[in-house]
Amino acid sequence: MINHESATARTIKFVFLGLWLVITLFPLYWIVITSFKEAGAIFSYPLTYWPTTFSIDNYVELFAKADFGVYLGNSILVSTVAASVSTLIAMLSAYVLARFSFRSKGAILMAFLATQMIPAFIALGPLYLLMVNLGLVDNKIGLMLIYIAVCIPFSTVMLRGFFANVPDALEEAAMIDGLSRLGALFRVLVPVMKPGIVAAFIFNFVNCWNELFLSVTLMNRDENKTIPTALNGFISSFNIDWSSMSAAAVLTIVPTMVLFAFASRYIVQGLTAGAVKG
Amino acid sequence: MGNEVALRRGDSASPRRRVFSGRHGWTIAAFLAPAAVFVGLFIYYPMISGSQMAFRNWNLNNLTDTSWVGFKNFQAIFENPDFGTILSNSIVWVVASIVPQFLIGFAIALWLRRKFRFRGLYQALIFFPWAISGFLIGILFRWMFNSEFGVINDLLSKVGLIDQPIPWLADPSTAMVAVIVANVWYGVTFFTIMILAALQSVPDEMYEAAALDGSSKPRMLFSITIPTIRTTLALTVLLRVIWIFNFPDIIYAMTGGGPANQTQIFTTWMVTTTQRGDYGQASAIGLLVIGVLFVFAAFYLLAMREKKEVQS
Repeated sequence: MINHESATARTIKFVFLGLWLVITLFPLYWIVITSFKEAGAIFSYPLTYWPTTFSIDNYVELFAKADFGVYLGNSILVSTVAASVSTLIAMLSAYVLARFSFRSKGAILMAFLATQMIPAFIALGPLYLLMVNLGLVDNKIGLMLIYIAVCIPFSTVMLRGFFANVPDALEEAAMIDGLSRLGALFRVLVPVMKPGIVAAFIFNFVNCWNELFLSVTLMNRDENKTIPTALNGFISSFNIDWSSMSAAAVLTIVPTMVLFAFASRYIVQGLTAGAVKG
Repeated sequence: MGNEVALRRGDSASPRRRVFSGRHGWTIAAFLAPAAVFVGLFIYYPMISGSQMAFRNWNLNNLTDTSWVGFKNFQAIFENPDFGTILSNSIVWVVASIVPQFLIGFAIALWLRRKFRFRGLYQALIFFPWAISGFLIGILFRWMFNSEFGVINDLLSKVGLIDQPIPWLADPSTAMVAVIVANVWYGVTFFTIMILAALQSVPDEMYEAAALDGSSKPRMLFSITIPTIRTTLALTVLLRVIWIFNFPDIIYAMTGGGPANQTQIFTTWMVTTTQRGDYGQASAIGLLVIGVLFVFAAFYLLAMREKKEVQS
């Protein structure tokens, strides 16, 4: 791009970018310092912006009182399994959708994209009944199965864009050398596509990690609950347990934020490939 | 060629040496099967089954009678005294959320196009709202908009904009403003990412040529940048309209649709109806939402196509 940028334009630009950065990060800052305030200090006036004392009481209590460790473990297990399996399955479908042309291809892509437009709630009742019939209500495997299904369409579209950017010749050569199609996919393409696969996995993981309504509907017993269900539990109809909530929120946000920061470059790439070339 | 013939005869010889041309029906089917099974069983089957509930008496409080009731559930929706409020809230929620998201996201993406120091870090930091669930964002903003201990009232009074704390979420006239602020904060990132991605497809030479002709910056924006990425812009707006319309999480966590239904939109209405156990009526609301979005998407895509034809 051309290199003339007036001093005023530059100033406006950086003031705006700086302002937006502050606006973006402030809520995170606020919830973090709230989580380190003592219960009394959360509800005291005037508000403290630069706390001088840090208390980890909220965190201690969270694990002691609310079984948060169990929920955390469940969330890690369910999200990791669901994100791994769905990424794997999406790789297979993205591969054929990127490499072959066949008659129902457009319809299949539309069917995947249309899932993004359906309000989840219309499926919630029947899904519950389906899970009753399969004997999978209040069962982590049941939740994983649904999360896998939910993650497949978007990651297929995303990975398809990545595949389209890799030349056919790569696996063609491998197959002529005697590898099977699956062998070529996993031994030759996967290493090349690592950024895309990592991006899809992280995207799926974060989506499962954050999902609320399905887990609230399907998980009843304490030993099966995931973090969002626990967060929902801190809300009664008139009140929120802010000290537990703030600590739980920090523990929920920080892992996904770290993952996202790590993958942000790949995600831009993935969306470019998936959406723009779609 | 030999393989093709073999396949047609039903022979199982693998088309190993014909990699992407020829017939690959079985490969395609086998690779698509797992995805099809999952999406079919856990998304489409419940969705279709849920749709027929809209025409039945389907209430958790009375599961013995699940008879067909025709359009009764739909009639109940339209006759609900709050229908008009919910309709206008839904429109306000979408329009007032998407316009600032688009403008701020566009501006940031344009500015991020040019390299500067710490751009990568900046990008990673401003993407972070996207890593948080809508529900948690609702909770965060509910805390910040709290009338007594909320930081927003405190900041506003510190800079002298207000002298009385505003009960943002309890006051029907301000609750919608508060939920939209939260949604804008969340949604800018998506526009930034999509537009930033699209901007990478605009060749630098176009700007260089325009600069030689003496074109001004705004002129380049409207005659080069926007026309080149208009497909992405159009699709991003369409996706976001659908998504925001369908997105109850933030409102659910901040206000639950209150006070006095002033932040109730179609999908939060669907949530509360589902939680009441009235699946029939909730499904009817869901079908209505799908119908509205379908009509919107069709008209929108049509309008976009016509515009393109006029331009070219």
